[in-house]
Amino acid sequence: MATPVLTFTDRGIYCPAGDFHIDPWRPVPRALITHGHSDHARWGMGAYLATDQALPVIRKRLGQITAEGIAYGETRRIGGAGVSFHPAGHVPGSAQIKVTVGGESWVVSGDYKTEPDGLAEGFQPVPCHAFISECTFGLPIFRWEPQPQVMQRILDWWQANAAAGKTSILGAYSFGKAQRLMAGLGVHGPILTHGAVEEMTQTLRDQGYALPPTIRVTPDVTAKTHPGALAIAPPSALGSAWSARLGPVEEAFVSGWMAVRGIRRRRALGTGFVLSDHADWQGLNDAIRATGASRVFVTHGYTAPFRHWLDSQGYDAGIVETQFGDEAEAESPPDPPLAE
Amino acid sequence: MRRFAALFAALDGTTKTGAKTAALADYFRAAPEPDRVWTVALLTGRRPKRAVNSTELRLWAAEVAGIPDWLFEESYTVVGDLAETIALLLPPPATTADLTLDHAIRGLIALTGQPAEARKAAVLTAWAQLPATERFLYNKLLTGGFRMGVAQGLLTRALAQATGVEEATLAHRLMGNWDPARITFPALIAGDEGGDARPYPFALASQLEDGPQPLGPPQDWLAEWKWDGIRGQLIARPGAFALWSRGEELITDRFPDLAPLADFLPPGTVIDGEVLAWDAAAQRPHPFAQLQKRIGRKTVPKTLLAEAPARILAYDLLEDAGQDIRDQPLAHRRARLTQILAALPPGLPLAASPALAFPTWDALAETRATARAEGAEGVMLKRAASPYFQGRKRGDWWKWKLDPWTVDAVMLYAQAGHGRRANLYTDFTFGVRDGNEIVPFTKAYSGLTDAEFNEITRWVQKNTLERFGPVRKVPAELVFEIGFEGIQASPRHKSGIALRFPRMLRWRRDKGVDEIDTIDSLRALLTAAP
Ligand SMILES: [Zn+2]
Ligand SMILES: [Zn+2]
Repeated sequence: MATPVLTFTDRGIYCPAGDFHIDPWRPVPRALITHGHSDHARWGMGAYLATDQALPVIRKRLGQITAEGIAYGETRRIGGAGVSFHPAGHVPGSAQIKVTVGGESWVVSGDYKTEPDGLAEGFQPVPCHAFISECTFGLPIFRWEPQPQVMQRILDWWQANAAAGKTSILGAYSFGKAQRLMAGLGVHGPILTHGAVEEMTQTLRDQGYALPPTIRVTPDVTAKTHPGALAIAPPSALGSAWSARLGPVEEAFVSGWMAVRGIRRRRALGTGFVLSDHADWQGLNDAIRATGASRVFVTHGYTAPFRHWLDSQGYDAGIVETQFGDEAEAESPPDPPLAE
Repeated sequence: MRRFAALFAALDGTTKTGAKTAALADYFRAAPEPDRVWTVALLTGRRPKRAVNSTELRLWAAEVAGIPDWLFEESYTVVGDLAETIALLLPPPATTADLTLDHAIRGLIALTGQPAEARKAAVLTAWAQLPATERFLYNKLLTGGFRMGVAQGLLTRALAQATGVEEATLAHRLMGNWDPARITFPALIAGDEGGDARPYPFALASQLEDGPQPLGPPQDWLAEWKWDGIRGQLIARPGAFALWSRGEELITDRFPDLAPLADFLPPGTVIDGEVLAWDAAAQRPHPFAQLQKRIGRKTVPKTLLAEAPARILAYDLLEDAGQDIRDQPLAHRRARLTQILAALPPGLPLAASPALAFPTWDALAETRATARAEGAEGVMLKRAASPYFQGRKRGDWWKWKLDPWTVDAVMLYAQAGHGRRANLYTDFTFGVRDGNEIVPFTKAYSGLTDAEFNEITRWVQKNTLERFGPVRKVPAELVFEIGFEGIQASPRHKSGIALRFPRMLRWRRDKGVDEIDTIDSLRALLTAAP
């Protein structure tokens, strides 16, 4: 039997024909990176290849690295393999990576979302023979409301808080979700940002992504100077001294996990908004069907039931153990709150 | 149900009691009156009977959602709540209708006894019209599992704000046997129904953590055993005889052996006491397990009546000759109780819970140490001057329990929790050593912090050896200190023992599996237990 296009090793997904890894979690000589979240773009690789749009965030995160950019849709040869990057719709610059060896194409999805969010480059199905798909939300209980409706809910909440003389604080991952929120809500008033969010925002703004003006919270930015404002901060800042400074406050966490009441309550936050940068159940099924692939490997999420489901739908499905979804910035199940 | 759903969301969305009270008071001012009655009913545990069983619901929901049964079960495991799982799995409603809470609940009540097709048609119609939160609440009503985290005191405060009626008066009026399907809101608030069998709200004691020294002079206090039975309130009024459990459940019929008391207690007597299964030969209570056999049954077989006759040990007198005497000092109430009991003919299943004499706190500590031999869990301390207050008020009543027995055991299986702890591993099975083997002997699911449960969850996910449905077998590595209140021989369990109130006291990261306790050390406790 011929060597497969991609194999699964303890360092990550590996292409023998091109001698490179995709999103490896241990140091390797050459790494192709789907996107800038820290469970996918890790430190210590000999050389990095990512989309031109993803590189600034990766450089910002990892510092001095040897890295090269590639345009969406451009094909490059690496050894015996042809590689190209295609929009994944997950966060700005995110890509699915297609690898072709001897006429057989495999696609690594990275993280993806099928609904356009107005900021990240829109997801495009990539025809292939084998598809390695994430399935963070691979259960039918996950069904996202369209983004405009969620934004309207958040806006209503914000305005009610403002009317009650309170600052609204949204907990959201600092790269991706935070910018998606400000892009959707910025027209309704100035938005305050936590330093971690502001740095990522500025990096993306410098690249030309259309982001509204934001105000970084410094000691002289308070509830008095900006009454009724909306602030965006990493989830770890909720309930902290940082948010107390903007008090009185109402806090809410924005994540796909907020769909489950038990998880929402565990965060000890009454309010949660369901907005995810990952595909929901329908999105996963649609995306997989659109590739035309007959073989599917699932990773990152509810892998066992999702594989079983794909099997029952006639796919040749398998599970790949990876270390994606482990990092704080990835959308893994949120840690428990500070207090009961 | 839109207004009710908004109330639920407001209560669910905050932990601040002020905000909860305000949301409830607003609701009680503005909602349609029949809906207000149902809401009070739901918040005081008066749930309509389940109209549909959960097997039917699962099947119908999987069918509507277009998924196989196994995928439904996987989803349920993650969500941890059947009503919510169904609400999440169903496709969004095509059209929405706003039915009142009253309408929804009466519709459900009408479903009981209908053929399956009729019930299915009604449920599917409701599902097709209700948006997410309403659908979740509707399912909760369907499954009879409705719970909303609102303390009784908070409810009466909100009702008092909305109606202008005093809290204490309301608390008493809400107790007892009123029927939400019949009573009107004004009648409920005015206390027009409910009859003479209505109990008073129970006074509850707080846990005494650091010993009694800070309580001041011992002579200001009365002490008695803390019995391990069912706290109850016995009502003997003209034309009414009732026994209420602390959970406000009418349990008169479960204890036919107490019925003779109706003929002998002076009319207008209300007694707070402990219902126990009595060992007449030993003159002390049977272990709780004996009483438990009787609780689950609507009718009690004769053999059980003979083997474990019920007896009430009385703590307090709340009503004397038809007068509410809860405001009088405990010492006075106890004295009246003693007089009433002394006037009863001998042989009745009712006696005063004996007062424990103690000149000093040290003397009481010595008495307390003998609690297990008496069949008690520890001692109660009540300030002699205290009134019979409502609910839990720190300061006047304390329970001073014995320290639990403990055992070091290793985790063998883990299962995800439910509700707030959905998809965290919180329910564990523990083992102790039996020769070269480790035998499972108990389950426990509480006692750790969320941070610890979270850490253990990650460990379980990484170290799973085998999966049996929602249960995961893990390597015998993590050691925990398990506390428990009692132990009994149990042929039903592989280990031969059963623990009462097992819980995790500590995660012993400092201990390895070679340091856990043995089954023999647990069996040795069997002889020490009553
Ligand atoms: Zn990601
Ligand atoms: Zn990821």
